[in-house]
Amino acid sequence: MSEIRLMKGNEAIAEAAIRAGCDAYFGYPITPQSEVMEYLMAERPEKRTGMIVLQAESEVAAINMVFGAAAAGKRVMTSSSSPGISLKLEGISYIAGADLPCVILNVARGGPGLGTIQPAQSDYFQAVKGGGHGDYHMLVLAPASVQEMADHMPLAFDLAFKYRTPVMILSDGVIGQTMEKVKLFDQMPRSTEVPQWAVCGNAGRKNRIITSLDLDPVKKEQQNLALQAKYQQMRENEVRYEKYLCDDADYLMVAYGASARIAKKSIEYAREKGIKVGLLRPITLFPFPSAVIAELAKKMKGILSVEMSAGQMVEDVLLATRQTPQVPVKHFGRYGGVVHSPEEIFEAFLKHFNLG
Amino acid sequence: MNVNDIIKPENLVYSKTSLMNDRELSYCPGCGHGTANRLVHEVIEEMGIGGETIGVAPVGCAVMLYEFSNLDFVQAAHGRATAVATGLKRVMPDKFVFSYQGDGDLAAIGTGETLHTCNRGENITIIFINNGIYGMTGGQMAPTTLVGMKTSTSPYGRDEKWMGSPIDMTKLVSMLPGTYYVTRQAVHTPSAVRKAKKAIQKAFEVQKNKLGLSFVEIVSNCNSGWKMSPVKANQWMEENMLPYYPLGDLKVDGKLITK
Ligand SMILES: Cc1ncc(C[n+]2csc(CCOP(=O)(O)OP(=O)(O)O)c2C)c(N)n1
Ligand code: SF4
Repeated sequence: MSEIRLMKGNEAIAEAAIRAGCDAYFGYPITPQSEVMEYLMAERPEKRTGMIVLQAESEVAAINMVFGAAAAGKRVMTSSSSPGISLKLEGISYIAGADLPCVILNVARGGPGLGTIQPAQSDYFQAVKGGGHGDYHMLVLAPASVQEMADHMPLAFDLAFKYRTPVMILSDGVIGQTMEKVKLFDQMPRSTEVPQWAVCGNAGRKNRIITSLDLDPVKKEQQNLALQAKYQQMRENEVRYEKYLCDDADYLMVAYGASARIAKKSIEYAREKGIKVGLLRPITLFPFPSAVIAELAKKMKGILSVEMSAGQMVEDVLLATRQTPQVPVKHFGRYGGVVHSPEEIFEAFLKHFNLG
Repeated sequence: MNVNDIIKPENLVYSKTSLMNDRELSYCPGCGHGTANRLVHEVIEEMGIGGETIGVAPVGCAVMLYEFSNLDFVQAAHGRATAVATGLKRVMPDKFVFSYQGDGDLAAIGTGETLHTCNRGENITIIFINNGIYGMTGGQMAPTTLVGMKTSTSPYGRDEKWMGSPIDMTKLVSMLPGTYYVTRQAVHTPSAVRKAKKAIQKAFEVQKNKLGLSFVEIVSNCNSGWKMSPVKANQWMEENMLPYYPLGDLKVDGKLITK
């Protein structure tokens, strides 16, 4: 029986991790996501499901613990916020290079540097364009509610194992800290299956090696090609998005996470004034819903990309709409920890498309 | 005895461990890594735990260790081997997990991971090859490089005034309550090899009995990096490295050895 609770996004995702049959969590405290580990520690998941929770000495150590536990074929995760994610990038690149599954939660805050503890969406490039070294991607999910924080957890693990890839849940301080009603799914059993590639001692079989190294460039290129083929599969099969009031729309907003929630309100303002605006909310940021945006663009008079950054996702919107150069694509966003209001978005929208 | 007698199995006095394959080692001739690789695999074979063991290879000259081994292996990022080993062990507490790391890996870039893994008393075994230099990258100064020692990044010798003094990680970790067995060995003479093997065996026994972290330093040569012949390198090691890094147990059964 599913259960309804009032929870913070950070708590909901922690609870969802236990329920999704996560085997281990390794993390290091950082605002605004410390509740994830706090919640897990308080819940004693080792008693509930046998899940391990360990506070590491740094984000660097945490992601490498994830690497080790993932190599054993387990469902493992870590969580952090922007500066901590920067530290994890080397490890994430190794995990991608070694074809290992894991889930990484980023409850993003404003940067650069120590930045601020307030929400931001300025880690988009880092999340979807690689971030760490080498030609790799993470599959990136962007929850826009506490409900999705919970629901994305089992989805993230399933996708991670389906593609043997790191999956990032790119959230932000708004979604992490907001309290909302959430319907929690039932406890799922922890997997007892040992994947064909996992290292766990070679009793009864040939030994297995988990590595991202190959000194032979031709072989390394082959591995890179296999990675790229995997990313192509994701582009073909895993694009997720929400369309909101797009059917009759003359204008389109593209926004994810907290910005999508806020944009919906500004769309209400527009519609009250008789301007038909719709919203395309990417739920996967990689793979990006380029095809649907390209299709929608054909009937739009203008597209506004809204994100709490100086303009990162807008580059992917521009790429998606290159067949319709006559349709202007603009960006709006407050950043550095400032969350834009629906009024600000609406004003910017009017100004950008000379409607005001 | 003719040749046919000599090659009879019952006359075999020594053979290569079945846990290593026939690939050519990538180490320079005379390097201690090869011997240390062999000892670890021999011990694991003799204890009959090969099927339950996972090794973690470092970044350094031993990065390809898994290429020579028939064990399950994970290749870790530079310095992160003990964090990777922690992850492996935490989700598989009944398996044997060891890391094998050089001094740049374990005592420079991985110092944080080393100290905290030891401090948590992870029930793993750490094999630490201390050759006082960065072998793989071509002989740069390591944190363990002796004062006055010339390397490619200390071409006039290590000056402790601005380059710091050589760090004794083994002594440091022996101070942490989480370590159960800490020892320093060498593999440059037959008797040192025998002692080192016993120490490695003890380390894995500690892990088998779930007593805590076991840490085996092996002071080794890097004849290429030191720019010496293998024989000269071993001599130099005895005369210069061993006085600073004296061989023997530092901690046994969780108790510090006071000399
Ligand atoms: C993050 C990172 N920094 C630097 C390097 C380059 N690097 C490779 S091996 C090494 C030093 C290895 O020395 P040591 O650990 O003493 O092992 P040895 O080669 O002497 O056995 C360095 C600096 C790297 N691979 N990754
Ligand atoms: S460079 Fe030094 S440490 Fe590396 S294999 Fe050669 S002798 Fe050994």
